[in-house]
Amino acid sequence: MAWFSKSKSKKENKSSDIWIKCPKCENHIFKEDWSNNLNVCPKCNFHSKISAYERIGLILDSGTFEEINISIYPADPLEFVDAKESYKDKVAKTRKKTGLNESIVTGVGKINGIKVVVAVMDFRFMGGSLGSGTGEKILQASNYSYDKKIPFIIFSASGGARMHEGILSLMQMAKTCAGIARLDERKVPFISVLTDPTTGGVSASYAMVGDLNIAEPGALIGFAGRRVIENTIKQKLPDDFQTSEYLLEHGFIDFITNRSEMKNKLYQVLSFYNR
Amino acid sequence: MKQKETSVSEMEEMLDKLKAMTGAKDSDFADQIAKIEKLIEVKKTNIYSNLTPWETVQIARHHKRPVLNDYIKLLFTDFIELHGDRRFSDDRALIGGFARIDGQPIMLIGHNKGKNVDENVIRNFGMAKPEGYRKALRLMKMAEKFNVPIVTFIDTPGAYPGLEAEERGQAEAIARNLVEMAQIKVPIISVVTGEGGSGGALGIGVGDSILMLSNSVYSVISPEGCASIIWRDGAMAERAAEALKVTAGSLKELGIIDEIIEEPLGGAHNDYESTIMSVKKAVLKHLKKYKGNSESKLIKKRFAKYSNIGVFNK
Ligand SMILES: [Zn+2]
Repeated sequence: MAWFSKSKSKKENKSSDIWIKCPKCENHIFKEDWSNNLNVCPKCNFHSKISAYERIGLILDSGTFEEINISIYPADPLEFVDAKESYKDKVAKTRKKTGLNESIVTGVGKINGIKVVVAVMDFRFMGGSLGSGTGEKILQASNYSYDKKIPFIIFSASGGARMHEGILSLMQMAKTCAGIARLDERKVPFISVLTDPTTGGVSASYAMVGDLNIAEPGALIGFAGRRVIENTIKQKLPDDFQTSEYLLEHGFIDFITNRSEMKNKLYQVLSFYNR
Repeated sequence: MKQKETSVSEMEEMLDKLKAMTGAKDSDFADQIAKIEKLIEVKKTNIYSNLTPWETVQIARHHKRPVLNDYIKLLFTDFIELHGDRRFSDDRALIGGFARIDGQPIMLIGHNKGKNVDENVIRNFGMAKPEGYRKALRLMKMAEKFNVPIVTFIDTPGAYPGLEAEERGQAEAIARNLVEMAQIKVPIISVVTGEGGSGGALGIGVGDSILMLSNSVYSVISPEGCASIIWRDGAMAERAAEALKVTAGSLKELGIIDEIIEEPLGGAHNDYESTIMSVKKAVLKHLKKYKGNSESKLIKKRFAKYSNIGVFNK
């Protein structure tokens, strides 16, 4: 259930200090142009990953973000040890490297003056995997939405459930969805923004059940991994399989929006929400 | 595990032969027979009380383990299967319908594993597609409308990982069930009878009570899958099974499940009758628990239950 392509994220970063090689079109892009263009390839419009705080900077009115539950970080309930290291050590390293405590940042802020609750996943934190801390932060954010009747927006970027937390991780799917289910009763909008990648247990829970599901272009979105499917059905899958565009075509996405226009699109949509 | 079990069944076979040879009344042999019976009992107890998680996985997947169809025949009465999701088709891997348990009406929904290749070809080894989860939701909504409690039986390697399943929105179908089950206004009792395979299990598993047979397993990913991702070696499945803490005992300790249903000595596949009796008793007990709860209390309790799942630092 939890899967993600490690090689892909490595490729994106494996470049010189000045140039970035786009993992999709393989053009060499001047690093400054790459980041000025919001980590989107100026040649082929490939939307590569961005950090949670960078995304918050793009979406919320400057100075309006107030983070909640910043101190939640993973425990190690299973005392999980993988081939190289313990989960505990992995978490410690990841926290140090990313400056994040969990795979998601939550809080409140404004989009062109409209108050929203946001939860933004960060792929750098263990592949954006859904752990107990992630689930708790999403639930508390959605509870805040529910209590204050403020629209809730989740930006997903995740390989799925976090194996290191076993069954507890799986159950976060039910936990987060239980929170979102309550929003209906108060007519609070829930918008899911799916970015690259949104797969496994995250796609099979909160990411796919927005009142609106919005995707960035070219994002990998799907339940089962490509290799698992190919091994099961013994045939090659089409190139566009499990992309934003593929999901749009099959009816699971409301629309696809470029990163540069996301804030404005969200604002337009929210303006239809009338309390 | 298989070797251990084989030695027991060989002993049992010998015992049967001995009994046939001597006749039941032969007092000279009665002592001997009793001794051998005792020996087998001790051996079984030893095997089954010291199972490793990986061995438990093997029992949970045992080809003779009771499947939904056995429970339908032996535990429930008046089963009326209800077909189709009204959108695409009828999934044979996940089925449901009205049934009675001890006379009480319920809506029964469960993964439909087969016991041989022919059955499994039709039933897709209990791996449901979106239409299976959507049918399950349709039946749950109907149960809610008719005020009938829902009982789900979980036994699946996982949701089907195929091209069409993705095309038709496997992720959405499961996610939708998680959202809807959180708000269903009738009690939901979920019983893991064999393999609780990840999202495919959870898709019908958001119960007010979650019960597990003592040799069943429930996991976020198959031990094989975990091994190939984390250890890059599928052969590490045994270690992964241990690390993932997939057994009923572990899930009880982690506070995920409400009750372990003890299987008879030798596992459910060795004694259907007493397995069925235990499952029946447990389901009835939990159904009784929610009787008379108001709708709002039920949903509040369910929300509180799932809100509290998770272990993290602050
Ligand atoms: Zn490019």
